[in-house]
Amino acid sequence: MTGTTQEARDIVLRLDGITKRFGPLVANDAISLTLNRGEIIALLGENGAGKTTLMNILFGHYTADAGQVEVFGKLLPPGQPRAALAAGVGMVHQHFTLADHLTVTENILLGTQPLWQLGLGLGVARDKIARLSADFGLAVHPDAKVSALSVGERQRVEILKALYRDARILILDEPTAVLTPQETDALFETLKKAVARGLSIVFISHKLHEVMAVADRCLVLRHGKLVAERDTHQTSGAELAALMVGGAVPELSPSTAKPGAPLLMLSRVTTPDAEAAPGLKDVTLTLRAGEITGLAGVSGNGQAALSDLIGGLIRPESGTLELAGATVAAWSAHDAILAGIARIPEDRHKTGTIADFSLTENAILERYREAPFSRKGWMNWGAAEGFARDIIQTYDVRCPGPDARIRLLSGGNMQKLILGRVLEPGPKVILANQPVRGLDIGAITFIHSRLIAARDAGAAVLLISEDLDEVLKLSDVVHVIYEGRLSPGFARGSMGPADLGLWMAGQGFDHAA
Amino acid sequence: MRLEPIANPSLARRIGLPVLALAMTVVCGSLLALTAGADPFDTLRLIVVGAVGSKFALLETLNRATPLIFTGLAVAVAFRARLWNIGAEAQLYAGAIVTVLIGTGATGLPALPLLLVAGIAAMFAGAAVLIPPVLLKTRLGVDEVVTTLLINFIMLLFVSYLLEGPMKDPAGMGWPKSTALAKEARLPRIVDGLRLHWGFALAILSAIAVWVIQTRTTLGYEIRAVGLNAKAAKFAGIPVNGVLVKTALLSGGLAALAGYSEVAGLKGHLSLDLSPGFGYTGIIVAMLALLNPLGVIPSAIFVAGIFVGANSMSRAASVPTYIADMLLAIALLFMVLAILLTRYRVKRG
Repeated sequence: MTGTTQEARDIVLRLDGITKRFGPLVANDAISLTLNRGEIIALLGENGAGKTTLMNILFGHYTADAGQVEVFGKLLPPGQPRAALAAGVGMVHQHFTLADHLTVTENILLGTQPLWQLGLGLGVARDKIARLSADFGLAVHPDAKVSALSVGERQRVEILKALYRDARILILDEPTAVLTPQETDALFETLKKAVARGLSIVFISHKLHEVMAVADRCLVLRHGKLVAERDTHQTSGAELAALMVGGAVPELSPSTAKPGAPLLMLSRVTTPDAEAAPGLKDVTLTLRAGEITGLAGVSGNGQAALSDLIGGLIRPESGTLELAGATVAAWSAHDAILAGIARIPEDRHKTGTIADFSLTENAILERYREAPFSRKGWMNWGAAEGFARDIIQTYDVRCPGPDARIRLLSGGNMQKLILGRVLEPGPKVILANQPVRGLDIGAITFIHSRLIAARDAGAAVLLISEDLDEVLKLSDVVHVIYEGRLSPGFARGSMGPADLGLWMAGQGFDHAA
Repeated sequence: MRLEPIANPSLARRIGLPVLALAMTVVCGSLLALTAGADPFDTLRLIVVGAVGSKFALLETLNRATPLIFTGLAVAVAFRARLWNIGAEAQLYAGAIVTVLIGTGATGLPALPLLLVAGIAAMFAGAAVLIPPVLLKTRLGVDEVVTTLLINFIMLLFVSYLLEGPMKDPAGMGWPKSTALAKEARLPRIVDGLRLHWGFALAILSAIAVWVIQTRTTLGYEIRAVGLNAKAAKFAGIPVNGVLVKTALLSGGLAALAGYSEVAGLKGHLSLDLSPGFGYTGIIVAMLALLNPLGVIPSAIFVAGIFVGANSMSRAASVPTYIADMLLAIALLFMVLAILLTRYRVKRG
């Protein structure tokens, strides 16, 4: 982007001095930015930096306390969600907003038609969709039911939906979180085609290598302020990371693992399919002491089943489980806890903690039946509070005190309390399901280093994550899960992201099955 | 408009809003009296005097509060675990039936053991009425609101059958009421000469016991955990279904004590008008008390006071007693709103 042509300098979107406060918190502090025609800008920032608030203001979901939004030179009326759509701004949300039982065409038409009209005009719409999908490289069949589509395809439908409404500005919120590396590359091709046709794109992300690959300019938000603006070719991933965090980024370099005895083994385990996600299909897995086993895979491929099985929430249909040398048919959640399985659940808000319980009450959630927290049915709140205080101190949980409701804590501090709760008893096996999703870099580093420390102390760790980078960085052995089936284990360094990406898309499983 | 949660509600907010709710109730009550053609100030004064204005009135209010404390506790305990027990009425009658069965039988026991046996048996009967809906809920996912509510009607018809048939008092001149309890099976008065029986003391003790269970025992911790987030409780290894069954035993037992105390303490026999909806009013009592077992005591006395006061007022002024029901409904609505506004503030945009 040399920016010499008049066209490239056309400003299509201008945010001017946007300020938004939530009580004492300033979510957006006088943020001004511009987006040019035919340009991709990246909006970078940690969770809570204010990216989502800013986009909600642009879309009229929130009203800014100060500042204004200008699209194609025209001021947008604040607080009117339809205004942004009408002005040609389209948004692709991180969580898709599609109706499962309708076809692609019907989904795209939803909301574009007048309420009273005979017939939907599907034929004309189909042609337009087919043309758009050919032009932008968004391969998806217009008559396919959305329920039959893969996650990558669903995202294409979301983008088509925006294009169908003649969006000239596309906003993509963390679009790659659910994609395999190959699907991500295909998405980037589409985006480049789109800007070549004069569209403009705002790309919200926290994955630096993707931002470096696709964006022309990077805007970094920190604590609600726009702290830096860089041309992509004049910056580096390291610089952007430092800008996001506001200081040097700590580097984790796990030492070599010293694998020991197998602590938990699944042999040929099959579990029933759940409503939305497949169960395990003939899965054999060994977790060894002193080793981190990573589980890569696109979400919804059986991770939940594996996590629930080890966590004691579901029973296998067939196959055997072996825990510390003893074969068992299944175990309950309580058995799992007693057997020394530390469980960090995927959803810390709904599964990991009870929002209206205090930190103390949450800290003893798994062990309230044991001394010293209770004796013969009588609680010992003194001991419980002491335990909570220990966790708060050892795991650096920032909170008003052990009596505060856990609802008030940030995600990172909540996760640190869960980490303390499960690691303090000295577990043999650690099940970490998406342990750092949505956390800031400080908390991520802390939690990762604790998991590595637990590994070095002899625990067997199973790390389930949709973030391939995280899996590759931490794991000594990596398995890929696809439609409930498990790939062979790959030793650290033997596979790159591209190779694993192929497995994540299901290649390689065909012979194995 | 949208609601924004308040992290730490101020003391002014937590006390001021409920007080404001009560004030608004008084204002609305005055308007009601006005529409009935009476002087609002006079009406309110008569209600207050009728409820607490004399020793007789106060004792009457406390007597009326006694079954409401029990049913209020039954509801508070169950709702805390998100077990929607709407069937306290049926459980109350189950307790009353068993109390009559034991109290009229020739057991030959002296007073204290007889009262103990009858009380415990009544509690089991009440629990037994609540257990089937809870098992249907935990095993088959049947909504307990519907089942517990419907059992109320079945129970009333069953009591009607008993009073016309097997339990009918042969000396009752054809009235549908049971034989009177033996003297040993009656709860004595706390102080001789004052019309207040030991049922009231038992209600206060029960409230304290429930409070101790909720705050000091593992069962109380489990009940609260299941009520606030059953998914997280299950994940943490808390036996959710087992906790619900234990909650049901406690809740059904407490509701049955209302029937026990009304029969053994007040009426001395079973009749179809034993409870003018104590089981349902218990829901209001529990909600006004914010499900706090100790809060149930003042809440039940407040509700009983409105009923007793309105009764006495309607004799003096020409305002129907229905004003009591309306006042309670208004008080409940304002209180629920006050609770909401304690934790959330309304924001534009």
